[in-house]
Amino acid sequence: MRPIIQADNLTKIFGNSTAVDHVSFDVQQGEIFGFLGQNGAGKTTTTRMLTGVIPPDGGTATILGYDIRSNPVMAKQKFGVVPETSTAYADLTAWQNLMLMGELYGIGRPTAVQRSDELLQMVGLSERKDQKVQTYSKGMKQRLILAMALINEPDLLFLDEPTSGLDVQSTHMILSLLRELNEEGATIFLTTHNMEEANQLCHRVGIIRNGRMVAIDAPEKLKATIDREHRIEVSFDHDIPGDSLTSLDGIIRATKTGDKWQIIADNRDSAIRSLVTLSAQNHASIVTLNTRAPTLDEAFIRLTQEEQS
Amino acid sequence: MNPASFPAQMRRAWAIAKKDIRIYYLKGPVLIFGVFMPLFLFLAFFMGSRQLPLSFLISGLVGMTLFFTATAVSPAIFPWEGSAKTLERLASCPITIEAIVFGDMMASIIFGIAITVITVLIGLGLGLSLLHGITLLFAILIGACCFSAIGMLLAVPPSNVPSNIMMLSSLIKFPLVFISGIFVPLEQMPAWGQMLAVCSPLTYFTDLVRYSFTDSHFFPVMNDIIALMICTFVFTVGTMYLHKRTMPKRM
Repeated sequence: MRPIIQADNLTKIFGNSTAVDHVSFDVQQGEIFGFLGQNGAGKTTTTRMLTGVIPPDGGTATILGYDIRSNPVMAKQKFGVVPETSTAYADLTAWQNLMLMGELYGIGRPTAVQRSDELLQMVGLSERKDQKVQTYSKGMKQRLILAMALINEPDLLFLDEPTSGLDVQSTHMILSLLRELNEEGATIFLTTHNMEEANQLCHRVGIIRNGRMVAIDAPEKLKATIDREHRIEVSFDHDIPGDSLTSLDGIIRATKTGDKWQIIADNRDSAIRSLVTLSAQNHASIVTLNTRAPTLDEAFIRLTQEEQS
Repeated sequence: MNPASFPAQMRRAWAIAKKDIRIYYLKGPVLIFGVFMPLFLFLAFFMGSRQLPLSFLISGLVGMTLFFTATAVSPAIFPWEGSAKTLERLASCPITIEAIVFGDMMASIIFGIAITVITVLIGLGLGLSLLHGITLLFAILIGACCFSAIGMLLAVPPSNVPSNIMMLSSLIKFPLVFISGIFVPLEQMPAWGQMLAVCSPLTYFTDLVRYSFTDSHFFPVMNDIIALMICTFVFTVGTMYLHKRTMPKRM
């Protein structure tokens, strides 16, 4: 695999504030790369630098083999963008918006017509293609913007918060389309603060905080890095004394909530073995036993807090 | 075709121009403003300056029409697109800032010429005779380019509030009309007025129009043409350079 995006020490300064501080990472061909961070962390600024909308104050970005500063047109020709705040022209119809995009990408009229038809069908807007965009709902606008970003059949797609504020149906449709596009070979750079979305879609995620990259890895590996304490939820068919639980091998803490024990263990395997032994010794049956892995949310919070402290 | 090549970028600039015409120019209020604004100014001076010949005033009207129409909408396009959040989409497309600016200029050139032709026809309808048609045609073409570049220059401050830009635009446009020999013949102006008039490209355009209709002129015709061409070149290059610098600040 070859890197499709190479960011090297990207830096952006607004006045006295460093919005993006020497950010470096690669995105490989065929990858869905999630770019995560809290509001104001520098996600959108980084994306704007990568897409050539604003120039970096330092560092370089190579997109599809082209330096975005010295050769922006050639790079932009091959990627599509769904910007965070940008919208389609409200005074034009969906069809006119797509034709405009076709012309801006230098696509011949017959190809643009055929491609627009396919895209409108794909995003479920064929029947409303001749209505002005100002009559569209937010979800419809976002689907149109995605279609506009795909007019040039891009090798790489940048999406900045593509599902933010959308209804469940539109969100589901957009995420399904992204999966399909990726299966067809497109590389996707997805900026989001929706951890679940990133967890479901991304092969790797990068976490940015206060303009600095604090972690880059696969979601499961990121979760594993914070998996120092294991959570086990267990319930028995009759009462077991709390003291006997906390004295077991591998168990740090045990708290009873309702009919269940919430157990924090430093070693999951020995804790489960001890629980089974204890239940046998007390002539009790285990009713439920669940181990709970940390979520990407927890990994994100832990990583950003660690960086802060 | 290489997407960064000049012909490819010109095609994309034309797409921008078509978009501008469709979204911003073909609107009732804009068309009405383009026709009525210069007409009412003309009528005001026609009634107040009965001693000036109609041929002089019509030449001024043609000058005002082209100037006001070519600079009517273009200063507000970037602020509108910035506030409507469509500018970032354009900036992420494979089109250079120069081509976007040129596309906006093309739209205002076409709008300016179309409305000015109506004014010329009104003048001919009122009994004026066109003595130098080729000169007038060339003057309108180069004048439209020059004034549309001025319009884009007015949009350089990176504000996304159209009313701010329109206020700045009016502050610059109206004084230019009064120092350009439209309502007061250049030969009747005081020396300081003539010095100011030399600085305004509208002066040269109005002088050419006057020559086309009346055969009289203040500056040599070739000087008018060269001055307009220099202004067009300087303003076009200047606006492209400055927009390239200020565009990222709009995002």
